[in-house]
Amino acid sequence: MLGLLYAVVGGGIRAGTPILYATLGEVIAERAGIVNLGVEGAILAGACAGFITTAHTQNPWLGIAAAALAGGAASLVHAFMVVTLRANQIASGLALMFLCLGVTSFVGRPYVAVKINAVPQLAIPGLSDIPVVGGLFFQHDALVYGAYLLAPLIWIVLTFTKWGLALRAVGERPDVAFAAGLSPAAIQYAAVVAGGILAGLAGAHLSLAYARSWVEGMSNGRGFIAVALVIFATWHPLRSVVGALVFGAVFALQLQIQARGVALSPYFLDMTPYLLTLAGLLLWGRTRRYAMPEALKSVFEGVT
Amino acid sequence: MVALARVIDSRVLVQLRLLGMAGLAFVVVGAFLVLFGKNPLLAYAEIFRGALGTSYGASEVIVRAIPLMLCAVATALPARMGLVNVGPEGQLHAGALAVTWGALTFGALPRPVFLPALVALGLLGGAIGAFVPALLRVKVGVNETISTLLLNYVIVLLVEHMVRGPWKDPMSFNWPYTPEFPDAARLSTYWGTRIHAGLWFALAAILLFYFTLRFTRWGYELRVIGDNPEAAGRAGIPIGRYTLLAMSIGGALAGLAGMAEICAIQGRLRPGISTGFGYTGFLVSWLALHHPLGIVVMAILLGVLSVGGDSIQISLGLPYATVNIITSLIFFIVLGSRFRRRATA
Repeated sequence: MLGLLYAVVGGGIRAGTPILYATLGEVIAERAGIVNLGVEGAILAGACAGFITTAHTQNPWLGIAAAALAGGAASLVHAFMVVTLRANQIASGLALMFLCLGVTSFVGRPYVAVKINAVPQLAIPGLSDIPVVGGLFFQHDALVYGAYLLAPLIWIVLTFTKWGLALRAVGERPDVAFAAGLSPAAIQYAAVVAGGILAGLAGAHLSLAYARSWVEGMSNGRGFIAVALVIFATWHPLRSVVGALVFGAVFALQLQIQARGVALSPYFLDMTPYLLTLAGLLLWGRTRRYAMPEALKSVFEGVT
Repeated sequence: MVALARVIDSRVLVQLRLLGMAGLAFVVVGAFLVLFGKNPLLAYAEIFRGALGTSYGASEVIVRAIPLMLCAVATALPARMGLVNVGPEGQLHAGALAVTWGALTFGALPRPVFLPALVALGLLGGAIGAFVPALLRVKVGVNETISTLLLNYVIVLLVEHMVRGPWKDPMSFNWPYTPEFPDAARLSTYWGTRIHAGLWFALAAILLFYFTLRFTRWGYELRVIGDNPEAAGRAGIPIGRYTLLAMSIGGALAGLAGMAEICAIQGRLRPGISTGFGYTGFLVSWLALHHPLGIVVMAILLGVLSVGGDSIQISLGLPYATVNIITSLIFFIVLGSRFRRRATA
């Protein structure tokens, strides 16, 4: 039992990492008033670009950089569509998902069974020697620490800096922000691309650390789960950590149950993250609305 | 002249111009293929040769256009009132689940009773699959795009569970599929091809969609909601009821596509009954600006790309994903074009 708990907590932190990156990225974009369902695609772009780069250079750090770049570039397309061309945000995000799914399955096909140098484990000196706690929290790869450090950093930037204030202003009332001398378009571009970079890192963790392989469509709806998590987290970076950990634990528990040969259909287990997300939307979809950036209301609720 | 002008109304013109712009997608993908050392002209020639060069290819285009048309209407109907149903893929599978239950349970019914019952089950299954997200939207304000996307995963996994577990054919040597349906449960096919009676369902759905929107009060109110939900609400149009109805009817049609796939093409339920028909149907609807005639045209066009995609895979070793890239680029072009906003805004 203790072993199971250990595996679920440790595994949850790991499995929660890509979800946390994607959720944080979506928080940034949505606080600036742009919904990006294309995160699902940006994760794939990151996972694929990161994997291919690592396969050729055997250097996972270059892979991570390529993943961030690919995620940012993919989201730039979305920013162009919705900010410059004023296309429907939901539809453009879905278009981006389809495009990335197509391109990555084309480009990634020769790499399906390739082996790579995974992102190395990085034990924090001193802290990792603490019994139990050390193993759970301080023996992960660098991307894991990065995600959990980024969350407070993003919170600080959004809450206490001029940039964060400008970004939030644009997400609430773009017209007022414009009147105050800000450039809503530039800020929204920056926010969507920053969100895409984080989604790319989510992909990097999936292909370079978590699965250590490339599989077509390997994000498996994590981007959509992230979009829903942003709502549960009331568009707040720190609460995103809680959500990501819960979902990470679900993924980890799923693996544990399967590994322990419990007689439960693996397909039912695979459903749990999606059902849990739906249950969360059911419970909190309405009550969390108070925290929704004003500019998003027309996107999410075209019809009431 | 007036009549002619009405025929070439703005929507039709918009469609034609968009079709021209779609050519841009082929240029971009062509450049992409060159980058990977492939000859794009050869690939495009093979796509159209494979899909339209033989009577078999052409018949397969129709076979694929059938579920695409049904799934496109499943997206288009709610879309005309401003809802984004990305769930035809799940609703297709939900219909297939209901039909399979019926086919395995009432195996001994005569065909004139059996087939209509299975059609009804397909409609019902798909309708339930779409009613759930519609209800979540109306009662709890859950965005239907996210809920339908999530439900797609859930329903497809449920199919996987059923065909590998409770419904697995004991004679299948561990292959994941159900026993074959009895003959009385099979839809007719025609002209020695795989073109099947689902074609009539699809065309009926398109006609019904057209006439309802154009000539009934129901269709009028639906469009009013799509144009201006606030005005519609103030005018007393029950938006919640329309949401439930439009989504459920749409889902029912996607479920019918599932019924046709298993009762005509496969003869049993197994994973992969749909090669993304639901998602491609969603794209068909958006490329057609949710317009019935456009849906027919786009379903055939994407049917051509789909059959051609198989063909370049076999004869040129190019990934099927090539045609998915073309399709999604066309989607981007449609979304970004000014014509679209003038036509539907």
